[in-house]
Amino acid sequence: MAIEPAPAELSVEQLVASERSEGDAPVAGIAPSKLALRRLRRNRTALVFGALFVLIVVMCLAAPLYADHVAHTDAYKNHLTDSIEIGGKQTNVVAPDGVPIGPTWKGRFFLGADESGRDIAVRLLYGGRTSLLIGAGAALLTMLLSILAGTLAGFFGGWTDNVISRIMDMIWSFPVLLLGVALGTALALGGLQLGPVTINGDSLIIPLMIIGVVYVPYIGRPLRGQVLALREKEFVEAARAQGLGPVRIMFSEILPNLSSTIVVFFPLIIANAILLEASLSFLGAGVQPPTPSWGTMIGAGVDKIATGPHQAIVPGAMLVLTVLALNVFGDGVRDAFDPRAKVKAK
Amino acid sequence: MARFVARRIVSLIAVLFAISVITFAIFNIIPNGDPAYRLAGRTPTPGQLDAIRRVWGFDKPVTVQYARMMEQVFTGKLISYTNQTNVLDEIKQGFPRTLSLALGAALIWLFFAIVLGLYTAVKAGRFADRFLTVLALIGISMPVFWIGALMSYYLGFKAGIFPNGGYVPLTENPIQWAYHLILPWTALSILFIGFYSRVLRSNLLDTMSDDHVRTARAKGISERQILLRHVLRNSMIPIVTLWGLDFGAVVGGGAILTETVFDLEGVGQYAAEAIDMLDIPPVLAITMFGAFFIVIMNTVVDVVYAALDPRIRLS
Repeated sequence: MAIEPAPAELSVEQLVASERSEGDAPVAGIAPSKLALRRLRRNRTALVFGALFVLIVVMCLAAPLYADHVAHTDAYKNHLTDSIEIGGKQTNVVAPDGVPIGPTWKGRFFLGADESGRDIAVRLLYGGRTSLLIGAGAALLTMLLSILAGTLAGFFGGWTDNVISRIMDMIWSFPVLLLGVALGTALALGGLQLGPVTINGDSLIIPLMIIGVVYVPYIGRPLRGQVLALREKEFVEAARAQGLGPVRIMFSEILPNLSSTIVVFFPLIIANAILLEASLSFLGAGVQPPTPSWGTMIGAGVDKIATGPHQAIVPGAMLVLTVLALNVFGDGVRDAFDPRAKVKAK
Repeated sequence: MARFVARRIVSLIAVLFAISVITFAIFNIIPNGDPAYRLAGRTPTPGQLDAIRRVWGFDKPVTVQYARMMEQVFTGKLISYTNQTNVLDEIKQGFPRTLSLALGAALIWLFFAIVLGLYTAVKAGRFADRFLTVLALIGISMPVFWIGALMSYYLGFKAGIFPNGGYVPLTENPIQWAYHLILPWTALSILFIGFYSRVLRSNLLDTMSDDHVRTARAKGISERQILLRHVLRNSMIPIVTLWGLDFGAVVGGGAILTETVFDLEGVGQYAAEAIDMLDIPPVLAITMFGAFFIVIMNTVVDVVYAALDPRIRLS
């Protein structure tokens, strides 16, 4: 484990420069967000893991390239009866007793095959697209709903606050996984009819919406608290005195002040949404097969673990790596925006 | 206090009512979730289906069906649609398993989280702290069913060190009981240890710079005493809160993944199987049962919180 922090000491020149600026030139103001970005840039661990996440996203986006030019197959094609050459010897992709080949570390079946003879590396990349799409989409939905709920409840108070807070309390006291699984199973079977819009049972929108709603109280509550405090601030009063309407005040006075909280929560919510997608899919209530996602792949791999543990290990390891990258990066973002939360003792 | 309890009871009833309606609605809006098919077995005739609908009351309005189901929940006569067993008997059978899993895991994760949190806070900024922090983050990033399946495959199936699933009642053989539960406990604890130790660490670091700690140090109290008596005690309050809430959630069906992977046949696994078959009665009962525990633990936590910190009033 060689995770060393970036050296925090300033160079002599910088020290001299900062000393001089205190004396002669007037100190230039720096926006808090700029300060935070500067702190984030100095946190090398967070940056490395942030880059790792970007790399994973790029790899998943390049899935068709890999499938066409390296693996020469797609995410659905099964090679049950095919054989490939390993070390000069013809080997069945799936042995007659149903055991698929493990990682070949070559172009075809780089990470082995699954029980239907599908290329795991290809499915891993395509599955990553699904999982990342659901994770990011759900996180976005959570953010929008939480901002809406938190701002409305905090700003208007009274019965608006009461209704919104009670709804959030109720989602909170629901056994989350049970709710998600029940909804997912029910909707996967029958689809959803919302007025003119029909959503198919196997649509990715369904797990995305379920995950997006489930996390709303976790963000909505802290945001509401923040809005409650902001509402009493002088600059909001000033805006009100100028005759600005509530909508205008919310957008131009309150919302910008919530941005750091939103930025801090965002990567962490994506990480949790990806994990929840995996759990739902594992229980058969998320992404529906044969569409690959990391969750469905882990689920299928766990069922077939005795025939070849690589079927479970590979997608799981990829998922852990992605979520870990997001968590470490998210941690760095939080430290950067809220330096008080950082290690004080040295 | 009396008013607080009364208000909590009212809100408990409201939550249970809302949750039962929502769960019931979820399963009644599915177009092809008709329970008559589930009861009729294979290739039923239209006449058989009609008869079943009449006998079970599926031809009645939805509100009447809901009222009947709730009556059955509270009189203990709720019957599963798929295998026609009594739902409450099944829950009663699974509950000791779920409780064993939750209780053991909760004690394990609390203990290790305190140890890890204390150690990383004392070593804050050093290599050990950074290394363990990364480990804790890895723990938070792992899906419990994945690590559980790998543990049960490699340690249980391959190496044969631990039993491969199954459950032995505590009253029958306490040693076998614990032996069978070690893997599920560990799998379930990992996430919570990672999360709690990080929360505790940052609380400890916050408290360490408080005035009362400086005073204690000035009085010449040993570092060890300061850490355990003055710092840890104050930092434990949020941990106790989290612990109560998570324990309630795990008992109330939150261990659905762990139970399924290790085949413990507790309440969570029963729920998973029922959902898979679109069997409304067990799902409804278990969801209400879970919400009941979550709300109760919420209340207990609030009371304990007020007892630990006199500044907080129950209102």
